[in-house]
Amino acid sequence: MDPMLNEESSYAPKQTYFSPYAMNGGTCLAIAGEDFVVVGSDTRLSQGFSIFTRDLPKTYKLTTSTVLGACGFHGDVLTLTKVLNARLKMFEHEHHKKMTTSEIAAMLSTMLYHRRFFPYYVYNLIAGLDEEGKGVVYSFDPVGSYGSDGYRARGSAAAMLQPLLDNQIGLKNQQNVQRVSLSKEKVVNLVKDVFISAAERDIYTGDAVVVHVITKDGTTTERFPLRRD
Amino acid sequence: QGRIHQIEYAMEAVKQGSATVGLKSKSHAILVALKRASSELAAHQKKIIPIDDHIGVSIAGLTADARLLSNFMRSECLNSRYAYDSPLPVSRLVSAVGNKSQIPTQRYGRRPFGVGLLVAGYDDQGPHIYQTCPSANYYDCKAMAIGARSQSARTYVEKHLDKFLECSLDELIKHGLRALRETLPQEVELTTKNCSLGIVGKDMEFTIYDDDDVQKYLAMIEGEERSRAAPPADQAAMDTQEGEGQQPADPQPADPAVEEQGMEH
Repeated sequence: MDPMLNEESSYAPKQTYFSPYAMNGGTCLAIAGEDFVVVGSDTRLSQGFSIFTRDLPKTYKLTTSTVLGACGFHGDVLTLTKVLNARLKMFEHEHHKKMTTSEIAAMLSTMLYHRRFFPYYVYNLIAGLDEEGKGVVYSFDPVGSYGSDGYRARGSAAAMLQPLLDNQIGLKNQQNVQRVSLSKEKVVNLVKDVFISAAERDIYTGDAVVVHVITKDGTTTERFPLRRD
Repeated sequence: QGRIHQIEYAMEAVKQGSATVGLKSKSHAILVALKRASSELAAHQKKIIPIDDHIGVSIAGLTADARLLSNFMRSECLNSRYAYDSPLPVSRLVSAVGNKSQIPTQRYGRRPFGVGLLVAGYDDQGPHIYQTCPSANYYDCKAMAIGARSQSARTYVEKHLDKFLECSLDELIKHGLRALRETLPQEVELTTKNCSLGIVGKDMEFTIYDDDDVQKYLAMIEGEERSRAAPPADQAAMDTQEGEGQQPADPQPADPAVEEQGMEH
């Protein structure tokens, strides 16, 4: 990139560097309810100032009750997803049952830590229903540290979304507010609004948002358009 | 005479295992298996093993060898999905099993796998039934039965072969259960305890039906007469138990159990 700007002048020695990682942008978020979970992600894949595609959701269905959200370096996202799906099948063959959300989360943590010294450059979210049917969200760092939250945003616009969620769902920094349990519809609308706001200011977030709602009756999926600039 | 006896002995193990039948229609492939219990106290041994979403096998012979082969098959299927993001074609899986089975028939210090498989799968080319042998041969079949007294089942299936292609799934299952029933000795009946069913099809992932889930299908063939008309030669007392040999639905006409004599347990 540099030599293009000053072709005639500097022929000073320059070190080239191959990076095994790339930043492909994108944002995902998950919110846990009483008996449901909502997971959303934008669908833009980018690098630098270019857009690779406008139609690549960053959510992946693992089982009927669990969804993975993964952003960061897309090459690692793809491989991680493949390995996860294979491990899920192996578990089913051995134990004759599907993996629960907490089991998947624990396994993902070990998978990520195995690559402690050449990590998967992926920021993960696992959202699903626990064994009692309550919604639960687990968030991870690239090397496998994880914990459960009621809500979490990950990806390029996470820093913009997380404080907003803290205020609206965690009811932080608000006086005299009653804690009401949120309905599915309210949460989906909140997710839509939150992504619309993120698309305004974050260049890597936009195009469309895909929202999954997971309940004991299965998973429904909706798609909403976002700013394409 | 150019015969390798060890391989024939291994195939004998398959013939000693309890019977299992595989058949296919235009849209589905099914496996029915007779589960055996080693004693009153023990559970009935599982016969049908899921391999992948689109493939399952039923086994006859040494269960331990079957476990080894089925783990190998599972691993092949997983690797194909990982590498190519698409399900492994059934024929490719079966030939991989054949190649793997051949090695211990020729290498010093090893013995052939003492298990025969019936592989039921659905892929781009449609439904399939394959049979594998300890000899490392494998056969693409329209329908097949292996295990103890399986000749009776094969005879039933040969008679009704033309019907299978256009069969509905329920009809196909009824044929499979009837074929399996042919292998039973006189007093024994198919029950939810000893019968296992596996189905895979166009819009159906490989699913196993065990215990209570089989009841619905057993009920479909409940009232039918069994065609086990003639008693074995040495049991004259059996005559009194018979009320059979008529033609209610489609069991075959007086088909004396000629083939039974050779297959004593």
